Amino acid sequence: MDNSVGIVSAQRAIFDIPLIFKSGAVLPRYELMYETYGTLNGDKSNAILICHALSGHHHVAGYYSDDAKNLGWWDNMVGPGKPIDTDKFFVVGLNNLGGCHGSTGPSSIDPQSGKPYGASFPVITVEDWVESQARLADHLGITQFAAVLGGSLGGMQAMQWALSYPERVRHVLAIASAPHLTAQNIAFNDVARSAILTDPDFHGGNYYQHNVVPTRGLRLARMLGHITYLSDDAMADKFGRELRHGKLNFSYDIEFQIESYLRYQGDKFAAYFDANTYLLMTKALDYFDPARDLDGNLNRAFAPAQAKFLVVSFTTDWRFAPERSHEIVHALLHNKRDVSYAEITSQHGHDSFLMQDEQYFAVMRNYLNNVYSEVAA
Amino acid sequence: MNTSIIQARPDFAAIAAWIPQGSSVLDLGCGDGSLLRYLRETREVRGYGVEISDTNIAACIANNVNVIQNDLESGIADFEDQSFDFVILSQTLQATRNTEALLKEIVRVGREGIVSFPNFGYWKNRLQVLLGNMPVSDELPYQWYDTPNVHLCTLHDFEFLCAHLQMRILARHVMANGNDVHVMPNLRGSTAVYRFRRNA
Repeated sequence: MDNSVGIVSAQRAIFDIPLIFKSGAVLPRYELMYETYGTLNGDKSNAILICHALSGHHHVAGYYSDDAKNLGWWDNMVGPGKPIDTDKFFVVGLNNLGGCHGSTGPSSIDPQSGKPYGASFPVITVEDWVESQARLADHLGITQFAAVLGGSLGGMQAMQWALSYPERVRHVLAIASAPHLTAQNIAFNDVARSAILTDPDFHGGNYYQHNVVPTRGLRLARMLGHITYLSDDAMADKFGRELRHGKLNFSYDIEFQIESYLRYQGDKFAAYFDANTYLLMTKALDYFDPARDLDGNLNRAFAPAQAKFLVVSFTTDWRFAPERSHEIVHALLHNKRDVSYAEITSQHGHDSFLMQDEQYFAVMRNYLNNVYSEVAA
Repeated sequence: MNTSIIQARPDFAAIAAWIPQGSSVLDLGCGDGSLLRYLRETREVRGYGVEISDTNIAACIANNVNVIQNDLESGIADFEDQSFDFVILSQTLQATRNTEALLKEIVRVGREGIVSFPNFGYWKNRLQVLLGNMPVSDELPYQWYDTPNVHLCTLHDFEFLCAHLQMRILARHVMANGNDVHVMPNLRGSTAVYRFRRNA
């Protein structure tokens, strides 16, 4: 395990001050799971917050003492000497509110009813997450992050940080992200949600009491999602039209390798992920739109931002296409903000942001080196 | 580092001399960001570069200059009217495809444009053509079959196009071997730098 942060352990922060959601709903008390890597410097200026995407969590890097195979989801990016260098930065990863990896979410017990929140867990927005993350920052004594960053939905949170708390973030790195979802993107999410909502085991979101899980719906949702995270070329390269048994069987069983792969991915995901969390995450994606209350004017939406930005997109990402990143860049240019934009040539579609790539890593490393020079000075 | 850049690229010194403290600058085809970095360090310029090459993007970011990865000819459309004091195109004009459209865009986005290019009318170039070959030199280091330079011009040609596009030339700086050229510049100058704006 060269240049890994090594053995890590998750921590839990408890918040007793009620959180008022954008919807008006109130959560009187909540808990967030998080991990940290590296050392917070004396003036607490070298902290980086990593926001996760749809299925992520607080275990970003390293491994657990009792489970060396459970590597963090961004271990290739985060560690000593890696682009997000834990020798330089104090890195914080958390499981978002509403998640299913230990932070308060639909599968947690509602102290008022003594039962899991289930369907009663409030619909959460990116703004609500940033609010809960700001309290985690307070808890850790961090008044300003050197950088807040994330890919996809994580990039949306990073951007929202610059809008909600302009003075609390020096740099935003928005990777494979978008200023809002397109109709096509919302449509994909709707099909995924429909798969879950119509599963007979869903029980209106309160399946926990019935001791069942809407596995079929969640599995279909993930299969659909997975298709959109890959590029046509990457799928063709990896699977082509290859048959599992080398011949047509004239049946509806798994025949093509791609079918086998998708079902495997769906099963794997449905075995550990909570369906209600999936619903919440996709809804947060759909709702994110900082220009919504400004007649769709993204230039005005980005006016409060003070942070410097790095925007990164990937050529074959059609779910969060480079054009969507251009919109972010355009709004930042309009507001005369410092911004750099890299369009990485990659064949892996939306998933590229999780993959090791020389150019991508060089851009991240060079940018964060400058961030470090700023805060270490 | 600063002085070495200026020595290596005499046109950079000429460009920098025209840019007042605190200006905003867009550098099209900014390479590794050296000029923008120099302008930031010496003139507190607020700048952005547009660059297409991956290597240069990483280098610009290492140089701590803002850079947007895009083709400079299509990418400039993303910038708003008169949003920069200066739009710079250094040693790239001759390699652009829609040169005329790009010059119009430069004075749309910038209050002034600054362009440097190799002078095809330089006597050494003329001599090589006279002797029957396409010119190859320090400024034009390519063979005819591998050159990216599709729109080479002389000082006269450039000035004629400016007039045609109703652009007013504000200043001209012609050099050869790093020295200023004042007499017969279209014959004796190897590199030219122009500063121009739209006729009001």
